[in-house]
Amino acid sequence: MNAGFRPDFDPRDPLGIDDELTTEQLAVRESVRALCRDRVGPYVGDWFERGELPAARELARELGKLGVLGMHLDGYGCAGMSAVDYGVACEELEACDSGLRSLVSVQGSLAMFAIWRWGSEEQKQYWLPSMAAGETIGCFGLTEPDHGSDPASMRTSARRDGTDWVLNGRKMWITNGTIADVAVVWATTEEGIRGFVVPTGTPGFSAPEIHHKLSLRASVTSELVLDEVRLPQDAVLPEVVGLRGPLSCLNEARYGIVWGANGAAHSCLRAALDYSTTREQFGKPLAGHQLTQSKLADMAVRVHNGRLLALHLGRRKDEGKLLPQQVSFGKLDNVRGALEVARTARTVLGANGISLEYPVMRHMTNLESVLTYEGTSEMHALTIGAAMTGVQAFRD
Amino acid sequence: MNIVVLVKQVPDTWSERKLSDSDHTLDRASADAVLDEINERAVEEALLAKEAHGGEVTALCMGPERATEAIRKALSMGADKAVHLSDEALHGTDAVGTAKALAKVVGTLESVDMIIAGNESTDGRSGAVPAMLAELLGWPQLTYARSLSLDGSTVTIERETDAGVTSVRAELPAVVSVTEKINEPRYPSFKGIMAAKKKPVSTLTLADAGIDAGEVGLSGALTQMVSSAPAPPKEAGQQVTDEGDGGTRIVEFLSGKNLV
Repeated sequence: MNAGFRPDFDPRDPLGIDDELTTEQLAVRESVRALCRDRVGPYVGDWFERGELPAARELARELGKLGVLGMHLDGYGCAGMSAVDYGVACEELEACDSGLRSLVSVQGSLAMFAIWRWGSEEQKQYWLPSMAAGETIGCFGLTEPDHGSDPASMRTSARRDGTDWVLNGRKMWITNGTIADVAVVWATTEEGIRGFVVPTGTPGFSAPEIHHKLSLRASVTSELVLDEVRLPQDAVLPEVVGLRGPLSCLNEARYGIVWGANGAAHSCLRAALDYSTTREQFGKPLAGHQLTQSKLADMAVRVHNGRLLALHLGRRKDEGKLLPQQVSFGKLDNVRGALEVARTARTVLGANGISLEYPVMRHMTNLESVLTYEGTSEMHALTIGAAMTGVQAFRD
Repeated sequence: MNIVVLVKQVPDTWSERKLSDSDHTLDRASADAVLDEINERAVEEALLAKEAHGGEVTALCMGPERATEAIRKALSMGADKAVHLSDEALHGTDAVGTAKALAKVVGTLESVDMIIAGNESTDGRSGAVPAMLAELLGWPQLTYARSLSLDGSTVTIERETDAGVTSVRAELPAVVSVTEKINEPRYPSFKGIMAAKKKPVSTLTLADAGIDAGEVGLSGALTQMVSSAPAPPKEAGQQVTDEGDGGTRIVEFLSGKNLV
């Protein structure tokens, strides 16, 4: 290659998708990337090994200062960015670690979005500015020990007692639970499913951390226990009754995963590409072996098709045209694809593929959670199937 | 407190940097271009001063059209406005010409109290522009600052060089250059990024700034690059056998490199 000749083909962006992003979107990416590189990247392997997220509060404040938390919401201290901006940020966060993206998704797309979309003006003004700043951490309780894909049959209940509400029940697999200051909890009432904004210091509320995870180890996962939790009348989210409430929030978070999972995949691809050019076997770099090149090409196709899909969905979301089934399409394909990429990358790295010195196996095991949370791949396939055929296969 | 920060776009230190074969100037197309890291610290220091004392921060950049990216980063961090001196005739300008051109532009700005710059750019590394600019403006120069404080009409810095640390104070207006130790620059926040879109950037040509074309560019340069060669590959390490004087020899080696 001639000195000074710049190839048109950029291995980091083989399809030239970056040209589709605005200057501001590239700047958003650069800021998130810099924060991840400085404050998380050097430590996350160790956090993962120890199974903890130390200094979560400082990290939340850093993210808040940047504007990441609830960034796609308007007003109340939120940054008011577009869906594509939000996607670009999720891509970078999850390229660092799925646990980091989970923290941000749960804060912004689940807890904050629930209050922003379905809360009263007082609730919004009270909670959102400090949540956007990362001073207040939120969690979101929908899944229960016995009710995952079928949340309509939840057992957590809220009953009226005078003007108060009294909540009882348990929620499971709740990201940020143990460190949260506020929990958005969904419960059945006489009127149907309703959302409650629960300060975690309320008597009867506890959030023990779930241990023994082999995935999302640099993320706090908890159980929520509600034992006669008494809340004032104004703790209920006034603007929604029914499953539509929590599902609207999940739809927001799933959209972020479409980008995020692909970010993790891209990180695996970069690790594999880098390794293949430096590691030598049989007297030449791994990259010079045909099977390795085939793997690299397949991974690149998967990752950059995934980016195109994410960008397409993001643009539809910004135009107000994104359907829940399209989000299911994106989550199904990009998470599944990311897992394939992670597993392929792991083979390129050989034994080093299982080491925490490289990001690959960490991403791979993280993605096993991403595959089933926020709607399992099976449920997303059934959602698409139902939309295509007009027949629901999961409900009689 | 009106502060001008000098910002420069440089090739990313992470990418391979090349000089052009024809005139030994920097091949700007061959590498990713970024706002020089040391300038991020200069911008940060200006913003801290503005936050404490009020006023306005203006980013001043001399460079090709593409340097708008570096300017935008300074604005995203929080600078209020920018001035971009951009003219094809500036290609190949040396440090003296750069200082002359910048001095002219500073002359077009109203009531500047302080100019903050990086101590040296990561590409050219002459480290001379802040001092020459101060000389041309007739202002005091406070270079290699590892800390900066303002008190009414004076600025005080801790100046750190290989020779040690000295405290330097001067009346404003003054030119200050900062080292890597001065601060940790902020990341541009999303609000900052969006606000930067609406901030004013005035682009000046040589004529706009009243700069004599004969004093800048390759032809006006007082220094001339006659040849360039790639840096030699790393040499093998030097082994010291300890014959009872190992400690002394290590200290001699380190002090010879100005490391202790």
